[in-house]
Amino acid sequence: MAINVLVAVEVRDGELKKSGREGLGLARKLVEQAGGGEVAVVLTVDSAAELPARLAAAGADKVLVALRSEFANYCPGGFAAAVAAACANVSAAVVIIPASALGKDLAPRVSARLGAPAASDCIEASFADGKLTATRPAYGGKVRVTVSFAGEPAILCIRTNVFDTLPADSSRNAVVQDLPVELGEAELKLKITGVERTSGERPDVSEADIVVSGGRGMQDGENFALLEQLAQSLGAGIGASRAAVDAGWRSHGDQVGQTGKFVSPSLYVACGISGAVQHLAGMASAKVIVAINKDAEAPIFKVANYGVVGDLFEVLPALNEELSKQS
Amino acid sequence: MNIYVCVKQVPDTEARVQVGGDGKSIDSAQINTILNPFDEFAVEQALLTREQHGGEVVALSLGDDGAAAAIRTAMAMGADKGIHLKTDQSADDPLQVGKELAGQIGGSGVDVVFFGKQAVGNEHGQVGLIVAELLAVPAISEVSSLEVSAGSASGKREIEGGSESFETPLPAVFTTQKGLNEPRYPSLKGRMAAKKKPIEVREVTLDEPLLTVEKISYPPERSRGMIVGEGAAAVPELVRLLKEEAKVL
Ligand SMILES: Cc1cc2nc3c(=O)[nH]c(=O)nc-3n(C[C@H](O)[C@H](O)[C@H](O)COP(=O)(O)OP(=O)(O)OC[C@H]3O[C@@H](n4cnc5c(N)ncnc54)[C@H](O)[C@@H]3O)c2cc1C
Ligand SMILES: Nc1ncnc2c1ncn2[C@@H]1O[C@H](COP(=O)(O)O)[C@@H](O)[C@H]1O
Repeated sequence: MAINVLVAVEVRDGELKKSGREGLGLARKLVEQAGGGEVAVVLTVDSAAELPARLAAAGADKVLVALRSEFANYCPGGFAAAVAAACANVSAAVVIIPASALGKDLAPRVSARLGAPAASDCIEASFADGKLTATRPAYGGKVRVTVSFAGEPAILCIRTNVFDTLPADSSRNAVVQDLPVELGEAELKLKITGVERTSGERPDVSEADIVVSGGRGMQDGENFALLEQLAQSLGAGIGASRAAVDAGWRSHGDQVGQTGKFVSPSLYVACGISGAVQHLAGMASAKVIVAINKDAEAPIFKVANYGVVGDLFEVLPALNEELSKQS
Repeated sequence: MNIYVCVKQVPDTEARVQVGGDGKSIDSAQINTILNPFDEFAVEQALLTREQHGGEVVALSLGDDGAAAAIRTAMAMGADKGIHLKTDQSADDPLQVGKELAGQIGGSGVDVVFFGKQAVGNEHGQVGLIVAELLAVPAISEVSSLEVSAGSASGKREIEGGSESFETPLPAVFTTQKGLNEPRYPSLKGRMAAKKKPIEVREVTLDEPLLTVEKISYPPERSRGMIVGEGAAAVPELVRLLKEEAKVL
């Protein structure tokens, strides 16, 4: 049974986000498991430039370009209308949307428009015996729920940094088509009027491949300079526990945990964080966890692959020095 | 202003969660429940909006008897009225819940509706946006600042590494999160007053769910790793392990 899979990709500042390539990787896997079909991408942009060719190289067979001046910024109603139109265009059985701020806003809108089920924050998905299932963490990561879908398309909102991308293959070609989208008054009522960057060059915790996080043990906002330096040499994003956020040392957007962000980086370094269940909810799916804590009994050591028991004010400077020696 | 806030009673974040005998459900017998932490921001924002513009705050919750507890907490914080959409169905499917809430809110002449960005437990993060789409009104998710005036609203929503500014006419839906406000604690007086406020009960029947739970399992256990060493002396070995064994540097 062949199925067509549609991927909604995110573009910021003219650049394709990595989550789009992860979506394409999953889409190709699902099509293969189903025994064939087409992988299409819907691109909602005000200028497409090189993007279709890049999407072809990342695994797309078809690129539907919804080009509108209103799409310079995120246009919630307009993007939802475009994804819905693209679903119809390719008779999509599955739609993949990244679980980013944009994607988490978009997926439920598409679900409501199409009357189709959406699974949030998926970390696994597969197609077997004619049936799609997806697995998502719930109850703060204490369990994993596997769901199936009645009605098409099945909408999968996928967590960043979990699904494999395909190696870019520039010899691949895709059919590129314009996708006309009718925007009514309803779609344009809400306006995103601007985008502000706060954090300079550090990647956001939810997107970073390495995250270094500080907790109450950091003692002061200024001491985060130690983590800034570590993040600088590792190209990491900086996270925080709720205790550090509530103390005003870091902004809310940096909070990792059940009431903050869910992250799945390849390396998570927890400094002066005890490892409360609500914090673990946000980071226990990291591939490798390092804990630096002066209390050998701290629960964070139960999930850490590598632990250093000690005062972070000694360990972090030594770590920064060691890394600068080696680079 | 006519203000609605949708609230849900959820398992305590500290709760030990056990998979039920059928492998498809959560054993809820031992679980303490609380008002969804994100909904506290929604209730607070509803109250702030009323304080600024006058009007009434209606707290709406769909579910079994537990839903009444969420409404009582919202009322103890200061909501004026409650509507309990009563059902014994499991109400785990966001589209199914969203349809019912939209049906109840539609036509009520509402100006603003507040939701939490996500309910602890199921953690769908969908219901507010679904309701808005079904009502064909603008929705802004994960707002981090909000200015409501007569007939319109503006503010910011958080995105990766920054924020987006928005403008919208009312009526509109907002989903709330940490950073937007500091939720007030229900005072003793608030709690007493809440007992006297009316909760209207409406029996409802939900559509068939479209998401079906096939299995609930525990995540693979993370095996306790190694303590590399103590203090700064452990650093060279830590870096070596990260490079050569874990291959993450
Ligand atoms: C509804 C709810 C939701 C929540 N959501 C979240 C969430 O999303 N994210 C989150 O993080 N928390 C959340 N929490 C809070 C959580 O329960 C913990 O209180 C919090 O994670 C503790 O933060 P911490 O580990 O930084 O601080 P603490 O628990 O105080 O731990 C500090 C650690 O630092 C160590 N330390 C101190 N000094 C040093 C030093 N010099 N060198 C090395 N180590 C040192 C100590 O040994 C200790 O282990 C939530 C709580 C509730 C009730
Ligand atoms: N059963 C319910 N009754 C009332 N409001 C709900 C219900 N379920 C979800 N909500 C609202 O929708 C938000 C998001 O829920 P969810 O999409 O389930 O994560 C919650 O924070 C509540 O504001």
